[in-house]
This record gives sequence, C-alpha cells and structure tokens, in this order.
Amino acid sequence: MALLEVSGLRAGYAEVDILHGVQLTVQAGEIVCVVGPNGAGKSTLMKAIFGLVPVRAGRIVFQGEDITGLGPAQIVRRGMCYVPQNNNVFPSLTVEENLEMGAFIHPGDFRQKMEEMFELFPILKERRRQKAGNMSGGQQQMVAMARALMLDPKLLLLDEPTAGLSPKFAELVLEKVVEINQRGVSVLMIEQNARAGLAISHRGYVLTMGRNRLDDTGHNLMANEEVGRLFLGG
Amino acid sequence: MEWGGVVGYGLFLLIYGGIYAISALGLNVQWGYTGLFNIGVGGFFLVGAYTSAIMTKGPDFSHLGGFGQPFIVGVLAGGVLAALLALLIGIPTLRLRGDYLAIATIGIAETLRLIVTNEQWLTAGVWGIGGIPKPLFSTFGSAYNAFYAVLVLAAMVLVYFAIERGIRSPWGRVLKAIREDEAVAQAVGKDVFRFKLQALVLGAFFMGVAGALFAHFVGYISPEAFEPMNATFLVWVMLIVGGSGNSKGAILGAFIVWVIWSGTEFVAAALPPALGPRAHALRIVLIGLLLMVMLLVRPQGVLGEERQVSKLLRQESGSRQASAGG
Amino acid sequence: MAQLILYGLIYGGIISLGAIGLTLIARILRFSHFAHGDMMALGAYLALLFRVTLGLPMWAAAIIAVVSTAVAAIAIDRLFYKPLRRTGPTILLIASVGVALVLRHVIQFFWGAAPQVYQRGVERPWIVWGLRIRPVQAWILVMAVLLVVGVWLFLQKTKTGKAMRAMADNMDLAAVSGIDTERMIVWTWVLGASLAAAAGIMLGLDTQLRPAMGWLMLLPLFAAAILGGLGNPYGAIAGGMIIALAQELSTLVFNTAYKPAVSFVLMVLLLLLRPQGLFGGKA
Repeated sequence: MALLEVSGLRAGYAEVDILHGVQLTVQAGEIVCVVGPNGAGKSTLMKAIFGLVPVRAGRIVFQGEDITGLGPAQIVRRGMCYVPQNNNVFPSLTVEENLEMGAFIHPGDFRQKMEEMFELFPILKERRRQKAGNMSGGQQQMVAMARALMLDPKLLLLDEPTAGLSPKFAELVLEKVVEINQRGVSVLMIEQNARAGLAISHRGYVLTMGRNRLDDTGHNLMANEEVGRLFLGG
Repeated sequence: MEWGGVVGYGLFLLIYGGIYAISALGLNVQWGYTGLFNIGVGGFFLVGAYTSAIMTKGPDFSHLGGFGQPFIVGVLAGGVLAALLALLIGIPTLRLRGDYLAIATIGIAETLRLIVTNEQWLTAGVWGIGGIPKPLFSTFGSAYNAFYAVLVLAAMVLVYFAIERGIRSPWGRVLKAIREDEAVAQAVGKDVFRFKLQALVLGAFFMGVAGALFAHFVGYISPEAFEPMNATFLVWVMLIVGGSGNSKGAILGAFIVWVIWSGTEFVAAALPPALGPRAHALRIVLIGLLLMVMLLVRPQGVLGEERQVSKLLRQESGSRQASAGG
Repeated sequence: MAQLILYGLIYGGIISLGAIGLTLIARILRFSHFAHGDMMALGAYLALLFRVTLGLPMWAAAIIAVVSTAVAAIAIDRLFYKPLRRTGPTILLIASVGVALVLRHVIQFFWGAAPQVYQRGVERPWIVWGLRIRPVQAWILVMAVLLVVGVWLFLQKTKTGKAMRAMADNMDLAAVSGIDTERMIVWTWVLGASLAAAAGIMLGLDTQLRPAMGWLMLLPLFAAAILGGLGNPYGAIAGGMIIALAQELSTLVFNTAYKPAVSFVLMVLLLLLRPQGLFGGKA
C-alpha cells in the first residue's frame, strides 16, 4: 500500500480550476519530486493535498485513510507536515519557540525531539535563542523544516525548499532532505531547480498545465530528452 | 389639526431624509464604490454646517462672522472646506492600510468637536451659533418647510445624477476595481492613491453640503448636534440598510432609517418623562442592533449592489487566479 | 513637571493595558476593534454594579467585573464577529463600531448619563519626594505594572501565550502547524477583554465613570497601538506610555481640553513619517 495516493485530483481557486485530474503516489521511504514550468499547478497540488485549497473532484488517501476534504489541523494529526514556500517561520519567535510551535499538538515533552533537531541542524542549536526573523534565508528554511519535523511525520511536504537561496545553501538544504529521508521520513517536494531536485529523488513527476505529463524514476527523468528540453536548459 | 400634523411630519421627513441622503450618497462614493473607510462623516458634516453658518451670517460678536454671503455661496463653501479637510486627512493615510483611514477620520471628527466646543472666538463654543439665515424665508412664510423640502430634494437629485454620471464613466469603473482588488488596479497601471483621494474628497464635499443644508434649516447649531451617533453612525446604518455600492440604495436607506429613527422618538416621547434619557439610549441600541442584524442577515442591503462589474476587473482577476497556481 | 510625568505614568499604564488587547486582536483576528474602548467602559460599570449595588469590596468587585467582561467579549464574538469573520476585516470593523455604540448606550440605559464614582469622598494625597499621589493612584500604578508583567510572563512562558504570539506573527503557518486557531481566538478575547476591563476600572478609580469614557479612550488606544507598530504587544506598552506622557505634558502649552487631540496629532504625524510604527519592523 502506498503511503500517499492521489487520484483524479481537480482543485483550484474561486471559479478557476488549476488542477485537471492529477494522479500521484508516494511509497513509504521515498523522496518524490514534482517538477514543471511556472503555472503548472505544483504549489496548488501540494496545498490541495494538505487541505489548504478546496478539492473539487478526486481522492487523497494517506496511510489507507481517505483524507479528502480534511483541513490542515486534522491532516497534521495524521502524520503529514507541510513547509510552505514563503513565510514559513514565525519571525518574532526564537528558534526554540518556533520548534515548540511545531510540536504544539503534541501533548508530552518536546525537549527530546528538539535535541534531535539540533543534532540534524547544528546551526540551530547555536542560534536557539535568536529570533527566526533575524536569520538568513537558508537558516530560516532549516527552522521551517525542523518545525515541521517536530511531530515525527510520516510524510513531509516541501514547497520549493531552495527558492531564493544561494547555490551553497541550496545544496546544503537538499543534503538535509536526504538525511531526513534516511531517518525514515518520506518526502514529497516541489523543486524549481529540476536537475538538483530529481538528482536526490527516487521518483519524479512532471506536471504541465495542471495535468500529469510524465512520471519515472528521478534518474530516468533527468536523462529524458523532453524533460531536458523543457526544464533542464539543454 | 391631524392633517396638519401628518403634512408637517411628512415635510420633516423629506427635509431630514434628503439631507441625510446627500450625506449617505457621499459615503457611498467613498465606501460603497471605492471601499474607503470613513467613520468621521460627522466631522465633514460639521465643517459644512459651521462654514456655511459663519459665511452667511451678518456681524455677530459672539463668534467669527460678518461675511454676509448669500446662501448658495455658504453651502458651496461648506462643501469645499469639507473637501479640503478630506484632502488633508487623505494624504497621510490613503497609502496605508484601510483601518488607518478609519482611525484618522474618527480622530478628525473628534478633534473638530473639541475645536468647536473650545474656540469661542470662532464658533461661540457650547453656546452654539444661532440666527443662521434661512434663504427666502420671508417669501414663503408659513409654507417655508415645503419650499425647503423642495430645495433639499432638488439638491439630492442633483447630487444623485452627478454621482451616477461619474460612476458610469471610466473613472467610476476604476474606483470599483480599486475596491475589489487594489493590487489588480495597481497592476494595470492606475494611480490608486490619486483615485482614492478623489473619491474621498468628492464624498466629503457632499457631506459638507449636507451639513450646510442642515444648518440653514435648523437655524441654530451647537457641538451637541454633531455627536458621532447622529452625524456619523446613522449615515452608515442608512447606507448599509439601503445597500452600499448603489446610489438609489443610499437614498432609500436614508429615508427608511430616518423614519425608524424618528419613529422611535415618538415612542420615546410617549414614555414617562423619568425614562426620557434612558429612552434615548434605548433608541440608539435599537439602531445599533438594526445594523448588526442587517450585516448578519442581508449584508448587501435592501437593494443590493447594481451588477456591472467592469471588464477590466473580470479579465484581470481571471488571469490573476490562473497565475496563482504557479 | 515631575508631577505631570507621574500622572502620565498612571494614565500610560491604563492606556497600555487597553492597547495590548487592541494589538493582539488586530493581529490575531485581523481587524481594528473599535469597540475596545467601550469594553473598558463595560468593565468599569460592571465593577460599579458589584461594588456599589451589591456592596462587595473593591478588589472582589474588580475581579468579578473582569471575568464578566471576558465572558461578555466571548459572547459578542460568537454572536456578531464570528459569523462575519469570513466576510473580511472591513465588515468586522463596521460591526465593531456597531457593537461600540450598543455597549455604550446599554451602559447609559442602565446607569444613566451622569458621572458616577466607586467611592464618595476625597482622599488625602500622600506626598512623596514632593510629588502628590493619592493612595488609589498608587494602587493603580502598582496594579498596572503587575498586570503588564503578568501579560509578559503569559506571552513569554506559557504554551498558549507563545501560540498567541505565533498566530500574531503568521496566521497561516500557525494553522498549518496544527494550532487550534479558534481556541486561540477565544483566548485572545479573554486576555484582551480582561485587560480592557482592568484598565476601565482603573480609569474609573482615578477619575469617574461616564458612559462615553470608552469612546473617548478610543483615540489614545489606537494611537498607542499604532505607535507600537500594531503588531507587537510590547510596542503597545511603550506607545501607551509615550501617548500618555505627551498628553499630560501638552497641558503645559495647550488648553487641557485638547488632551485627546494630542494623541490624534501624534498619530497622524507618525503615519506621515513612520507608518510602520516607532518600534515596528516590517509592516
């Protein structure tokens, strides 16, 4: 059984549909990357899965349970966490407080989990009392990922985790994604740098105009001529 | 006697309803069409009333005066001064979030009330200004209220057609586009700030004119007449009840709410005198509840807004939503 | 001059308590709550009810009034604001003006328009370092400081307080993190209304109670909140102090009657020069 199974998904804003029947699966233990040109509906897909955009048709099944139509608060409780592309930290809260908010619904002690996060992101330990808003973009991305991991999710959704970062930081963030995955968290991510994203992914999906275009292993997609022409610049 | 009473009340209704309707039409330009939050309607009304009173009166040592200008000059000056005030208040606030305008307009209305209460030399303070000239009073004598009702209604109709013309022009469509989505209006190259300022100033002009018409009818004004309840809040309730974004709605709302408001006064008058001040409070509570019920049950008002979404807006919002999926 | 500064501190404490709630509501519920001043007045008059009509000691009357005001605020939210929340902040703003008006005149209906006091008689002021301060004013000052420290501890140390700051920071992210936003909204009203009621009672103790006292406080409250950047509860405290001191010191130059206008002029100047607030960062 797949961890996440999306089928025939139609969703959008107001009167306009952005997704016209998308299908996608994530198996336990995988990193899956969604690529596609601007306006393909990648972010909308992720928001629809997480209950932030109304779903008009189709089904979203997570760990064997139909979660179509549930809100973010209910989905979080089922073991899926989401890192938005922008504004993904609480700027006036310290790093520690950001992580604590990530564990908000967790009733017990979160110290243990926080230490784990500091182990994964040592830089955050150094800056634990600093306000997240005063940190660099790359550091904020790490705060955001750590915040989302505080609840021990089965699946982590990452919306363009390297957007706006320097190449050095982008590389570091993607390394962290692999490390998170090795700790047993499945990852579904959108990456505008398709080559880098696909390189670390087990499988990838190419989305255009709100429809599935291609899906294959990350490796094969990178080698695919059409994909190369479309997004890899050559 | 009975008939006389009914006719007398009918004329009052026409005069006050008409004056309030002009104010509500002004607010409709600001809020209904442009989405500007002016909770200081009373301030602009006050400026219009005092300006016209001071401009038209003969010499009076209790306050500034002695200009002796004709009625029409006073009324227009009242409108112009209110408009200037709007310009002053709009410049610092219209580039900021909508709430700031709301707070600033309350501030200006309250500050003006402080000024007219405390600056004796200008406005005679709490004593108020009496003997404000009534135009053509000697000509009409006992039929004066009928004449004034016609005058007010004529002014109201004039304002109505002026606004309708403006709002159906390209200028009016930009205003509505700003109300619906400022970012879109900006994106298609409209100077949003300038259009907002124009709407604020135009609306304030009509409020000033309404204030002036009020002053010349009652003949005596004092700071008490410009309590936020009478001068601001009632106008808001009128617009919401009638239907904001609709000039006919603003007029209809003004008359409906004035009938309710004055009706509760009759009820209050029938109560034992000991309850008098309390009855006044109860009237206002009722009007407040009317507003809340309206907002909850029929937020579009009795008439609702006339549907004429601009082409500009529809195209833009379509493409914006499409791109939001990126 | 020193005397005026002392009065400014007392008044500043009162304004700050109101402005904290206004700021939290502005950030978390995303609208300017124009009925906040009248919630202060409601708290003050409820304390009058328990103090004078029921004859309770002042401290007990104050506590019960604060709790009742919080309950009233939650009720008003359920009845009026919550159903309108989806329609956007401007409609909520109009609704809050409506609530302000209704509250003020409900007060006038039950208690009349004439000024009232909690306790008749004149207190002899203490003289400390040449400054006059009435015992009740000393109490107000102490209570205001305690409450501000209490709020600070609540926001800084408790999980609920941190979640409220998180919501004020980034509402969407709070929802995405699984924070129960509706419950936090209830807590926001509890905190905001309690502080408002406490401020209203202090104002009533310092001077007298009038139905319009809340409406008249609205400008200083907003001025303080805007000065503080309308986002940061701590900025609101500083804003409150500045506004209060400016109002008191203005009496050296201007007619006392213009005190309320001072906060307005300061606010407009600030909006012109530094719209993000004195201490605010990004808008």
